Parts: sequence; structure tokens; C-alpha cells
Amino acid sequence: MSHASFSASATSGVPALDIRNLEKTFHVRDNDVHVLSGINLTVEAGEFITIVGASGCGKSTLLRLILGLDRDYEGDVRVNGETVSGPGPDRAIVFQEHRLLPWLTAEGNVGTALLYSGLTRQEKREAIRDHLELVGLSAFATAYPGQLSGGMAQRVSIARALVNRPRFLLLDEPLGALDALTRLRLQDELKRIVANEGSTAVLVTHDVDEAVYLGHRIVVLHPRPGRIAAILPVPAAAREDRSSPEFVALRDEVLGLLGVESGKSAVRHRETETRVAV
Amino acid sequence: MSADSIIPPRAVAVPHPVSALVRRIRALDWRPLLSFAAIIALWFAAYEFNWVRAKFLPSPVAVVERLWFEIHSGTIVTDLLETLRRNIIGLAIGGFIGLALGALLGISSGFAKIVGPTVLAQRQTALFAWVPLLSVWFGGADVGKIAFISVAAFQPIVINTWRGLTLVPKTYKELAESLSFTRWDYVRLVAIPNALPTIFTGFHAALIYAWLATVGAELFLNIAPGLGGRLTEGSQLFEIDLLFLTIILFGIVGLFYNSLAERTEGLFLKWNSR
Repeated sequence: MSHASFSASATSGVPALDIRNLEKTFHVRDNDVHVLSGINLTVEAGEFITIVGASGCGKSTLLRLILGLDRDYEGDVRVNGETVSGPGPDRAIVFQEHRLLPWLTAEGNVGTALLYSGLTRQEKREAIRDHLELVGLSAFATAYPGQLSGGMAQRVSIARALVNRPRFLLLDEPLGALDALTRLRLQDELKRIVANEGSTAVLVTHDVDEAVYLGHRIVVLHPRPGRIAAILPVPAAAREDRSSPEFVALRDEVLGLLGVESGKSAVRHRETETRVAV
Repeated sequence: MSADSIIPPRAVAVPHPVSALVRRIRALDWRPLLSFAAIIALWFAAYEFNWVRAKFLPSPVAVVERLWFEIHSGTIVTDLLETLRRNIIGLAIGGFIGLALGALLGISSGFAKIVGPTVLAQRQTALFAWVPLLSVWFGGADVGKIAFISVAAFQPIVINTWRGLTLVPKTYKELAESLSFTRWDYVRLVAIPNALPTIFTGFHAALIYAWLATVGAELFLNIAPGLGGRLTEGSQLFEIDLLFLTIILFGIVGLFYNSLAERTEGLFLKWNSR
């Protein structure tokens, strides 16, 4: 299904995501906080885009706008040529926290994404089973979120996002709250799953390694207001091997753009980090 | 049906009933009973050594004898049943209205704006302040008593149902929005389950409030069959053993309600690891 739409949108030449001259301002009491400025981004179907930037650069806000949770902005956000008017089944999100409903089992939670899918009960059951298998949790279908580890719960929420076969997978620092080992393992799974499903993915992260390892292209954001500093293509070799020279070179380039020069003394490192945070 | 057919075939190695009983008794945590036993011992001592005049403190044996007498030739069982009947009817009426109104308040914010402040104001009035008014409206007989018990049960249930349904974490609301939940699916899958622990807290409080109100109604309003009437009788006729017996019965029912509420809650909220 998603493969069909992939080729359809590819032949018609309409990009999967097209953001033009996006400006976003939050109105907090009497203050106006300019969070996103002059964002222009085009994403082709099937692409995996990673957005990296310091905290507070408006990464998550950008995802909310693509999802349609927030419609108060200037400019254009188009998905498959149509202006986003609200959440829809073509886009699914994985939040930083798993956000599973604690009173539903793993399969019940995955099922909440199929309520309006039009599938029969049997088809739903199969889709849920297939996607729990995809994230390696077949044995935990009837477990409650409280009985799962953080990594397992996040995998259930990935299954929930994928089960309705969205064209767009929006990932809001989905691995940020996990321990380092689980995070590395899930990065591999995520990459494999997104490639298999053929969906377009936009992943927001502050982990530069993750951005390089997962993305076809990296969007580097500068903060206050959030604006695009650079869009860098990721060489195939860098995506395959975390210790390849291509990976290291690109990671250093991104770190440099973020104002953090890697490989220098720790003191220098800390200085630049504080400069980024200010 | 014979007893054999009830036993499933797998349960062949059933332990001997007596040894099973012994094991259960051993497994029982007897520590909570310590203070209880201490009170009984103190009571015995106070009576035996005449610390308090027998006129004011019956012997524990006298209370048991009174219970025996009441069961065989008295009215205490009927009184207890009457009291329980009143209590349960009042609880059901107050609980139902509280649940319905709380649900409306929780689901419709427009309705909550209009009716909510009045409900909150009603909550601020002391419960027993309603007794004279209700007895004027409904009389001091059964209807008046049940009305009062209903008001007592209504208050915690309406507030907790309302609050439980409204206090949905923002993260769940956002999730429901991102999955394009209809209003009904939001209520069914998010709002109600999220509210259940809070509603149970209200239900638990309602059990206790309604029980207090039952005692109050039977004491303050006309004497009628019921445990409250026996309390009045005990104090007026100076039947100190009857007074003690009735108070103990009130305590036992209260304890029973409390453990009932806790068990029901655990049964319903199996996902709740709190």
C-alpha cells in the first residue's frame, strides 16, 4: 500500500512534504517568542530525514506542525501537495515518552491506531500481531505497559505508529529517554523497519550520531529562532558503519555547525557547549 | 449435582482440608490483631478489677450474652438488616445521581460552567446541616433518612467523577488528537479509564460517609427499627451492654465496607500498579 503511494507520488512529482517560508511564533502572555523562522524543506517519498539541533530550537514544534496538532503559523506546510489541516491517518507520531494508555494491553494500544482503518476485526488482529512481531514483542501482546521495560514500551508505541501503514512517520526524539544500549539497538530496528515499510520518516533528535546513522539527509537547526543552518546529504557508507571515516567526518561537520568542535580539549568542549546553550 | 462433579479433574492432589486451614492461619498476618486484643484485655481488666463502675462498663461476657439474647429473642438482626437496607438504598440513589451528574460535568465543559460552581458550593455545606431541611421536606421516617444518606453518598461521588473525567494528562489528550479519536472513543478509551481510580476513591469515601449518615439519620430523626434506634434505646434505658453491642456492630459493618471497597478496586484496576 505505502509502496504504491510511494511510486505514485514519485511519478506525479509532488513531494511527500513541502514546507515553504514557515514562521512560527508562540504568544506567551505579553511576550511573543519566535520559534521557527524561514523554514524551507522538501522531502521526497521514502526519504529518512533527521533534524538535529540544540534544545529549544523548535524541532518538536516543527513536527507538531507537520502532524497538524498546531495550525497557528505563517507559511505553507504541505503533505503530498495538500495543506495540513489537522492530524490524519497518513501521518503517525512516536513521542519521546511512549504514551501508551496504561489501562490497555500492548495489543490494545496498537489497536487504537486502527479504530478508523476500515479493516475487519480479523484483519485488525492480524495487523496488530504482525506489527508486534515486527518490533519483537509477540510474547508481550497481552502485557500492560506497566509490566514492560522502557525500551519495550517504546517499541510498542513504534508498532502503534506503524500499524495503520502511514506514509509519514514522525519521530520526536523517540529514543531520547532510553539507556545507551537500548538506544543503539532500537536505532538499527528503526532503520530496518522504516526501510521495510517504505514510509517517509522525519526524526527529530539532539543526538548527532543518531542523526547521521539514520538519515538520508540531515537538517541542522540553529536556535532562537529555529532556522535551518544546513541540509547535508549522508553518504551511504556513513549510514552503514558508525566507525567509517565518512561517518566520523559528517558527524564532526554537524557538530561544528552546532558550535561544538569535537576532538578538542574537554575544557574547550564545555565552553562551546555553554555557548550553544545560551 | 453431586459434589464430585464440581471438582475439576486436575485438582486430584487437593491438600487435606484441615492442613490447608492450618496453613492459611499460619499465613495470616496477626500483627493488626495485636492492638485489638490489647483493647479486649484492657476491657476485661477494667471490668474485673472494678476500674470503672459496672453501670458504665459492661463485661465483655455480658455483651456476648446480650448478642446471644438478641439473636434468639430480640430484634437486633432485624435492626441490622433495616439499617443496611436504608444504607444501601441511600447509597444507590446518591451514588447513581452523583455518577450521572459527575459524568455530565466531566464530559460537557459547558454544563460544568453552569452547574459546576453550584455543586462545589453544595459540597461546602456541612453534611449534618441538611438534616433539619430534609426532615421538613421528606419527613422524619424512612424517606427522610434515605434522602439524607443519599446526600452523603452523592457528595464524594459527584466531585470525584467530575474531577477524574476532567483531569486527563495533556499527553493523553495530544495522543488522542494525533490518532483523530472521535469524542466517544476519547471518552471510552481515555477519559473513563483515566477517571476510574479517582471514581473509586469517591466510591470508597461515599461508603464511609453514607454509613456515618445512616447512624446520624437514625439518631437524629424519628426512632424506627434500626441500629441507631437501639443506640437511643440503650442510652435512655441505661442498657450499657446494648450500647456496646450496637457500637461494635457499627464498627464491623464499617470494616466490612472498607475491605469490600479495597478489594473491588483491586479487581477492576488490574493495570494499576500504584
